[in-house]
Amino acid sequence: MRRRCAFAAVPLLLGLIGCGAHRDVVELRFWAMGRESEVLASLMPAFEREHPGIHVRVEQLPWTAAHAKLLTAVAGDSTPDLCQLGNTWVAELADLGALRPLDAYLKVDTAIAAADYFQGIWDTNRVGGTQYGVPWYVDTRLLFYRKDILAAAGYTSVPTDWASFKTLLHKIRAQSQGTRYGILLPLNEYEPMLSLALQSTTPVLKENGTRGNFSNPDFIAAFTYYISLFYEDLAPPVTNSQISNVWDEFGRGYFAFYVTGPWNIGEFRRRLPPALNGQWGTAPLPGPHGLDASIAGGASLAVFKNSAHPREAWALVDYLSRPAVQERFYALTGDLPARRSVWASGSVKDDPLTGAFRDQLERARPVPPVAEWEQIMTELRLMAEHVVRHEYTPAEGALELDRRADRMLAKRRALVLAGQLP
Amino acid sequence: MKRHQWGWLLAGPALIVIAVFFLLPVLAALALSLTDYDLYAIASIHNVRFVGLRNYADLLGNPLFWQALGNTFYFVLVGVPLSLAASLGGAVLVHSKWASCRGLFRTAYFAPSVTTVVAVAVIWRYLLHTRYGLINYALGHVGIAPIDWLGDPHWSMPAIILFAVWKNFGYNLVILLAALGTIPADLYEAADLDGAGAWAQFRLVTVPCIRGTLTFVGILTVAGYFQLFAEPYVMTQGGPAQSTMSVLYLLYDEGFKWWNLGRASAVAFVLFLLMYASALLQARLTREPAA
Amino acid sequence: MNSRRLLVNTLLVLTATVTLFPLLWMVSVSLMPAGTAATYPPPLLPGHPTLANYRELWTHAGMARNLLNSLLLASVATMLSLTLNVAAGYAFAKIDFPGRARLAKGLLAALVIPAQVAMLPLFLELKALGLVDTYAGVLVPSLAGIFSIFLVRQAALSIPHELIDAARIDGASEWTIYTRVAVPLMRPMLVTLGVFTFLGSWNDFLWPLIVLNDSERYTLPVALAALSREHVQDNELMMAGSVVTVLPVLALFLVLQRHYLAGLMAGAVKG
Repeated sequence: MRRRCAFAAVPLLLGLIGCGAHRDVVELRFWAMGRESEVLASLMPAFEREHPGIHVRVEQLPWTAAHAKLLTAVAGDSTPDLCQLGNTWVAELADLGALRPLDAYLKVDTAIAAADYFQGIWDTNRVGGTQYGVPWYVDTRLLFYRKDILAAAGYTSVPTDWASFKTLLHKIRAQSQGTRYGILLPLNEYEPMLSLALQSTTPVLKENGTRGNFSNPDFIAAFTYYISLFYEDLAPPVTNSQISNVWDEFGRGYFAFYVTGPWNIGEFRRRLPPALNGQWGTAPLPGPHGLDASIAGGASLAVFKNSAHPREAWALVDYLSRPAVQERFYALTGDLPARRSVWASGSVKDDPLTGAFRDQLERARPVPPVAEWEQIMTELRLMAEHVVRHEYTPAEGALELDRRADRMLAKRRALVLAGQLP
Repeated sequence: MKRHQWGWLLAGPALIVIAVFFLLPVLAALALSLTDYDLYAIASIHNVRFVGLRNYADLLGNPLFWQALGNTFYFVLVGVPLSLAASLGGAVLVHSKWASCRGLFRTAYFAPSVTTVVAVAVIWRYLLHTRYGLINYALGHVGIAPIDWLGDPHWSMPAIILFAVWKNFGYNLVILLAALGTIPADLYEAADLDGAGAWAQFRLVTVPCIRGTLTFVGILTVAGYFQLFAEPYVMTQGGPAQSTMSVLYLLYDEGFKWWNLGRASAVAFVLFLLMYASALLQARLTREPAA
Repeated sequence: MNSRRLLVNTLLVLTATVTLFPLLWMVSVSLMPAGTAATYPPPLLPGHPTLANYRELWTHAGMARNLLNSLLLASVATMLSLTLNVAAGYAFAKIDFPGRARLAKGLLAALVIPAQVAMLPLFLELKALGLVDTYAGVLVPSLAGIFSIFLVRQAALSIPHELIDAARIDGASEWTIYTRVAVPLMRPMLVTLGVFTFLGSWNDFLWPLIVLNDSERYTLPVALAALSREHVQDNELMMAGSVVTVLPVLALFLVLQRHYLAGLMAGAVKG
């Protein structure tokens, strides 16, 4: 009798121990994208050592599918605990009620101070007076270019205004007898066009983001300039999937300029042949009359409202925002830190290629914080493609964009009028 | 247990599944299409409004819808006859009395039909590459300049049609082959005696005898082709310039990319009406003429 | 006569080349080292064949997991749907229960409704049940199908009714008749239906794409589509992914093609 009781006790004890062990370890689901998600794997062990009760499961999403997956998760109630979010998506998810407001945590956690972040970037995370995300890294779009091709055309630096820039592109094309393009502007990316559009202070949406404002003369001027690069044969009318391998083609000199972001500093260093070392550089985007704005891009860290472990998630946000960790993150990815203090003290300021970015970031401009922004941007790039193929003129295209934006914003308009949205 | 109780017991589970997971959603789709259900509504049900037929009106006024419709019709009206002609031609070839190793060829032709569309679309996307693809390479050998198959809006749909014909060739061929096998040999002998040539025999003996199967295959192929989705999803993402955007792709984008479920349900019903109408039309057109 | 034979067989061989070439080329490219396929002139055979792409798929892209998912889901879908559809098809053919005729007519009418109409509300329905992003969510729509029920009904109708009557007179229960008499007689059709269902589930793309969000649960077609959009540059890797997706069903088809083709032709010619 006693032996049987003892045997019964053993599984019970084991069960209790097992249950206890499980109860202590919190598993955080962290959705991250692109190169950043690959690097996180090396940053997590240090975090988990500091917080032995937390285990982080990083799920990698490709950028091409990330937005769709996020919306699907919101629609299907399967959101993770926290997530790396492109800045322009924070407002969208906040409007859909998917994100947890962070003001309470920020008040207590003095290590994260708004003043240490670039203003334009910090504001992208602010919707209706509430903070929904903490900027993690920043980027903006500017020019990567082949120094040797420019030198052959007689240039030692990149022109700073639109007109002179186009002159340079023509020279490059002429010198190669039409085999080389001046600049690659993939038809399935909207960021280059958006960067040019942001170089005017007139917003592309009006009336609290409920109506399209693409027909304003500043946008039409930017749009016309962008399209002219295709019409004048300076950019190939292709998508980046038709290019087959962007780095190889840049290395082969198929085009001299490419508009992209800081993550490509590391990628270019890794993938270009060693013969090209020192033959390429970065430069700020030219503006209508001189150096001007670009996208206030980058990503933030946000916590989902449905997360069962918000405090643990915030601990991870805090960890990743520490200047030392930001410094290490920069070293691993080439993604530029969001905190000014890291720019001032870290190794990022020594890299000759990042100087242009630091410069551009002070002029970065946010986009209108509406939930339909991603949809509107898709229309922008589709319309650009239509205009490149001569199916619309730039002015007609802008008008049609307004019509489409108005249709997409109809629900938002109704909700704003009814007072259900700020 | 009584016999008819067994009837319900055996048929019940399947019927319940169909009722709950098919018929109920279909009715709900009708209701959804009359509202502006979208992501805002998923966030909070108070954001739903009843809008009557506005989704349908919006759809008819949306140029993208008409483009998708046009693309889908282009695919069906060109792709189906091409597919049927190719499969019929192939079937006649395999059935021919001079053909050897029929079983082997039949397997070889059928193989593509068994494969996953996504997997072979990935292959074809690469075969059709402008600079490094084998198709342009082969065309180059006969003196044709490289065609930008997936980047030129004029060639993108033909590229997809070519791919679809290749993929479905074997499936229709096997069915038509079976039908050819049911034609009595003495009909051909009689035609031979009458002095009819190969083409005349084909027109006057073969086609009328397999008319039923031909119609059946035609209706199946049309229905399948109306549901064009995987090919543009993998090969062109609906582009270039939305020239390969199909009605089902539009449904997917509206419904599962942007979560405008009300509008997407309207697209779903329009697709349904299209397929139903075309099936009726086909049945009527290929009806046996009165004796 | 000789020239006709030559012509016909030449055409047959040429056609076979066209249908098989992309599949053979897929295997060839999958064995090429990364980056070598994107050259001019395009290579037909690998210069230095390597299994590196498959290793990459296994270790970094996690395709082993996707393969398992596809296998698991296709098998379970086949087993479950066979159980439900065969029972229903038999009942509709051989057991006279009240309302049978009207139900059959209704189901036949419902055949015209394409599955996509139901997809959107079905997603919301599964969300309410908590089945979004689960294996059960992927399986649910394929558990029973009107078309399959009618296929089975067709096969069951050809069972001589005298056999059923005799068994009933002998006192056998309906369940015994179904399992001991009907199912064995319908075996060829069941194998065909099983192969159809397995292939259909393995190749299913749109619904798993919609329902599954966690990449660990992706089936092969969905994983391959995601890979192809993300790794646009790495053609050799994607060909390897295609091989993994296509080879199992091709093998299954080659082994069971007699049943598959027989069923296809029987269903079509009779219809």
